[in-house]
Amino acid sequence: MPRYFTEEHEWIDVDGDTATVGITDYAQEQLGDVVFVEVPQSGTELAKGAEAAVVESVKAASDVYAPIAGTVTEGNSALEDEPELVNTSADDQGWFFKLTIADKDELDGLMDAKAYKAFCDGL
Amino acid sequence: MSDTEDNTPPAKLPLDGWHRAQGARMVPFAGYEMPIQYEGIKAEHDWTRSSAGLFDVSHMGQLLLSGPGLDEAVEALLPIDLSPLSVGRQRYSLLLDENGGVLDDLMVSRWPEHLYLVVNGATKWDDIAHMREHLPDEITLNHLEDRALLALQGPKAVDALARHAKGETDLHDLTFMRFGEYTIAGHEVTIARAGYTGEDGFEISIPGEAAEEIAALLAGEPEVKPIGLGARDSLRLEAGLPLYGHDLSPETSPIEAGLVFGINKRRRGEGGFPGAERIQREIAEGTGRKWAALVLEGRQPAREGAEIYHGDAKIGIVTSGGFSPTLGHPIAMGYVETDHAAVDTALEIDVRGKRLPARVAPLPFVPHKYYRKGA
Repeated sequence: MPRYFTEEHEWIDVDGDTATVGITDYAQEQLGDVVFVEVPQSGTELAKGAEAAVVESVKAASDVYAPIAGTVTEGNSALEDEPELVNTSADDQGWFFKLTIADKDELDGLMDAKAYKAFCDGL
Repeated sequence: MSDTEDNTPPAKLPLDGWHRAQGARMVPFAGYEMPIQYEGIKAEHDWTRSSAGLFDVSHMGQLLLSGPGLDEAVEALLPIDLSPLSVGRQRYSLLLDENGGVLDDLMVSRWPEHLYLVVNGATKWDDIAHMREHLPDEITLNHLEDRALLALQGPKAVDALARHAKGETDLHDLTFMRFGEYTIAGHEVTIARAGYTGEDGFEISIPGEAAEEIAALLAGEPEVKPIGLGARDSLRLEAGLPLYGHDLSPETSPIEAGLVFGINKRRRGEGGFPGAERIQREIAEGTGRKWAALVLEGRQPAREGAEIYHGDAKIGIVTSGGFSPTLGHPIAMGYVETDHAAVDTALEIDVRGKRLPARVAPLPFVPHKYYRKGA
């Protein structure tokens, strides 16, 4: 299953026509202790780059954007009770939402793991 | 954390290199590069509440005033009563504009020949300009730019600091809001039993060139860890202490902010300080709005700028808000119409279009543990 990355530090796992979106370990590290996550509801239509979720740390609130356009099929309800999953398992259990992909061509503009690592090293 | 007032590149404070060597993440704040966190805000917050946290607050302004007629000159500028302020004591006071708006809040200490002031970092240049303009020419104002300021806060601060601070008064006997002259590793320092976390603790004014040595000595104690600005903010929020530029500004009066204690009793009656007319009127008649503490249900915090509602009516605004690591839920402070400021009043806070239930709470959120006489 290929994983892509954005310059806004989201990751996106693509599985056929559906995708799972989270934020990277680099992003959670920058945010610090996550205390609340608001994920989009099923059925929400997201444009590429739209505000999709909100993640709140002790210090500040940050937006999470949709890396590609699509319709949300599921928000991660585990984050309601355990927002700290974003810190402990950003790459896996701390995922934010799943969506059906509207336009697969939009994936072309995203980075792969190697390119993302180089991007972060340059920050 | 958006207090950097202009576009000049941030300056470096004496402990800059030391913070980086300790793994701090540095951010621009009040015109300087400052450590926002080391291992994480929550861990640093909890450590300060249970042990001792070392804060670098060297961005704050340390000012020395001296000259003939000093007390009269300062009383014309601040609503403070200096007559009971003997050497070794300090008091909280306010720099007010002609309308009674708050230009800054500050600490005033009586040194043998001087008054020593600690002012906020983001406002210190404006404060200095204001004081130079309004104080008589006979009064000398020295900005102690060559000094650093450390705060050691938490229940174990006294034991850790007492191993290094040598002076006439045993550090254990120094009470809240008093200070003394000490030496640490041979360097002359001034230590005040005060701080900004609600915990027992100390603020230590030290020569800038000794800052690294003293910070390393203190951080080498088993009870002590360096703490960043992030936890400083969550600690002061739990302690219900207002932060200038957020909870206090020229648009707020100290009476609205519940800071009537910052205007000494004699001065409330006599007046004779900037904005006295408004302050006296507000003390007598009350204010239309009050600074209040708010406890939120759920886990989502409300931040500065969020609007506060009672039913459909907008009745206030959040000036500070976040998640309380000690209490495990969000807390906020802000101005609300006085009719809705009573403890336990149910209100709502608008966060990005969602109404979060909130309740007015007593201040502080987490009890203060200052070391007072007889305590």
